[in-house]
Amino acid sequence: MVSKTAFEGKVEYWQVLDENGVADKKMEPKLSDAQLKAMYEHMVLCRLFDRKAVSLQRQGRMYTYAPMEGQEAAQVGAMHALGPDDVVFPTYRDHGTYLVRNAPIEQLFEYWMGFEEGLAMPQGVNVFPLSITVGNHLPMAAGMAWGMKLKKHAKLAMVCFGDGATSEGDFHEAFNFSSVHKTPLVLLCQNNHWAISVPLNKQMASQTVAQKALAYGAWGIQVDGNDVLAVYAAVKKARERALKGEGPTLVECLTYRMTMHTTADDPKKYRTDAEVEPWKKRDPLLRFEAYLSARKIFTPEYKQQVEQAAVQRIEAAVKTAEGFSAAPETMFDFVYEQKPWNLAEQRDAFLKGD
Amino acid sequence: MSEKTLIAAINEALRQEMERDPMVLVMGEDVGVDGGVFRATDGLHAKFGEDRAIDTPLAESAIVGAAIGLAAYGFRPVAEIQFAGFIYPAINQLFNHAARLRMRSQGQFTCPLVVRAPCSGGIRALEHHSESMEALYAHVAGLKVVIPSTPYDAKGLLVQSIREPDPVIFLEPSKYYRAFKQEVPDELYAIPLGEAVIRQEGSDVTLVSWGSMAKPSLQAAADSGKSVEVIDLRTISPWDRDLVLQSVRKTGRLVIAHEAPITGGFGAEIAACVAQEAMYDLKGPILRVGGYDVPMPLARREDYYIPSPQRIAKALQKACEA
Repeated sequence: MVSKTAFEGKVEYWQVLDENGVADKKMEPKLSDAQLKAMYEHMVLCRLFDRKAVSLQRQGRMYTYAPMEGQEAAQVGAMHALGPDDVVFPTYRDHGTYLVRNAPIEQLFEYWMGFEEGLAMPQGVNVFPLSITVGNHLPMAAGMAWGMKLKKHAKLAMVCFGDGATSEGDFHEAFNFSSVHKTPLVLLCQNNHWAISVPLNKQMASQTVAQKALAYGAWGIQVDGNDVLAVYAAVKKARERALKGEGPTLVECLTYRMTMHTTADDPKKYRTDAEVEPWKKRDPLLRFEAYLSARKIFTPEYKQQVEQAAVQRIEAAVKTAEGFSAAPETMFDFVYEQKPWNLAEQRDAFLKGD
Repeated sequence: MSEKTLIAAINEALRQEMERDPMVLVMGEDVGVDGGVFRATDGLHAKFGEDRAIDTPLAESAIVGAAIGLAAYGFRPVAEIQFAGFIYPAINQLFNHAARLRMRSQGQFTCPLVVRAPCSGGIRALEHHSESMEALYAHVAGLKVVIPSTPYDAKGLLVQSIREPDPVIFLEPSKYYRAFKQEVPDELYAIPLGEAVIRQEGSDVTLVSWGSMAKPSLQAAADSGKSVEVIDLRTISPWDRDLVLQSVRKTGRLVIAHEAPITGGFGAEIAACVAQEAMYDLKGPILRVGGYDVPMPLARREDYYIPSPQRIAKALQKACEA
């Protein structure tokens, strides 16, 4: 009889900033003051955009919306570790991907107000249309990453998803495909502990999401997802691996969905306030502010100035979005490049009111 | 007897069938503790426990596939797919397996399974939440397809669907979940599948529709100035050919309205069948009103997409010109 260990693996956990914002000097990424400020400003923009969106929905000025509060560090940290040409595949909760890439904020509101035009991003944003169905964008991201490799382009694809999406076949199929072909793909899992009402321990029996990478012969790492510097460091490392041809990396960001799944959801049905409470102390913004304060970058005046600037941009965007209108008949225009006879006839009939 | 919404009628049907038959269980994303995103399974987890009101991982293919396995092992699973456009990962399980299990095993294994899913638009939902795909399911032999449009029908048809020996796709127009109430018996009753109902008798023209088009059809009938016989199909597969033919033979005219895209919609099947069987009873061409051949648009354009009572009324008037 032969009995031996056929496989052994481990998963690292990274945290740069502790809960008080004190940096581990050995792990602290080398970032300039300007870079750190840009990260902070994006996190503030995310927080205020998100709160505005929820408030618009509550006032009946916008339709159903999926809030991102609590996940600012994960999204902003990851986005800052990418190059501008790297293509990002977000979900409905990843508003930060668009905001970091300087997408027109009014377009984000327009999308959530029910206009297709909102997703028509200007050149250079390099964000794929967000995925509403869960996990279905992972194989597409793997494919685009493969294309980048085939064309020898020095860039990668990053796909964002949550803990729930790892239960979908598409996650496993995409990850395996990407590993086999060593495609330059970053799988950014924001483990926010809840898939609508289903908690993590009902979603999976594995101890971590990151360990799933081992099954695909890839690198997986778990980071404190409320620590913007840890996320940045992990994605930066994942990017280096991808561009060296070492294949995909799964970065699991441990974070928390602070509010509802969407504005149509009521978390009081399935979770207690006591569970949410400890996460308030782990707020990614507070922690980063403490760090920036120690680095003499952050002051109350600076904070006020950043928030004011963000509010101005957001309010201007809301105004533009609320004034936006579009011809209904464009629904016929983007189905195909050339309209077949049926669509051409239907469009004409529509315009005639038939 | 008491007044109930469509969602309350569905909830009651599930609860009473679970009480009647211990093999009946509900499963899906958020159907347990949360009671379902539309609250169809509210209270079932508390009453029947987590083994009969099952919160599954987020995996549609596994939800339907596992339900097939449970069904083949003697259970009567009612699987919920959360939103209309989220069902596609499970299509392989539905089409290749649920629909064919009886034939592939020559009757040794059967699949008494219900897949419930919301359908159609009108509630300003997000993308992939508002599709009307009944023709796709009706095209697959081995599946039955049901779409209620009233609370009374929803309860009776769901009860019957659970008791059916073969897989049933049970599509619920989300627009009607809470739109109105109707007297619904408190006790259990079943409505046989395959039976349409005449909502309003008429002599000039027959209007066949179902699901989300039920209300606009009645409105159109009232607005058209014609004597319209309005039929709610209720079951798409197998559909009530006899009742439709009987009505068309009386009126000599037929309009079919559905929210699904017009091309390849189930109206085409009805039109072809009526043309074949009742050609010489027809006084004019059969007309169809449907959604356009475009993907279901986002919230701001959905009212332009969904056939309006005005569009249906125009078709009724046009049919009567012949």
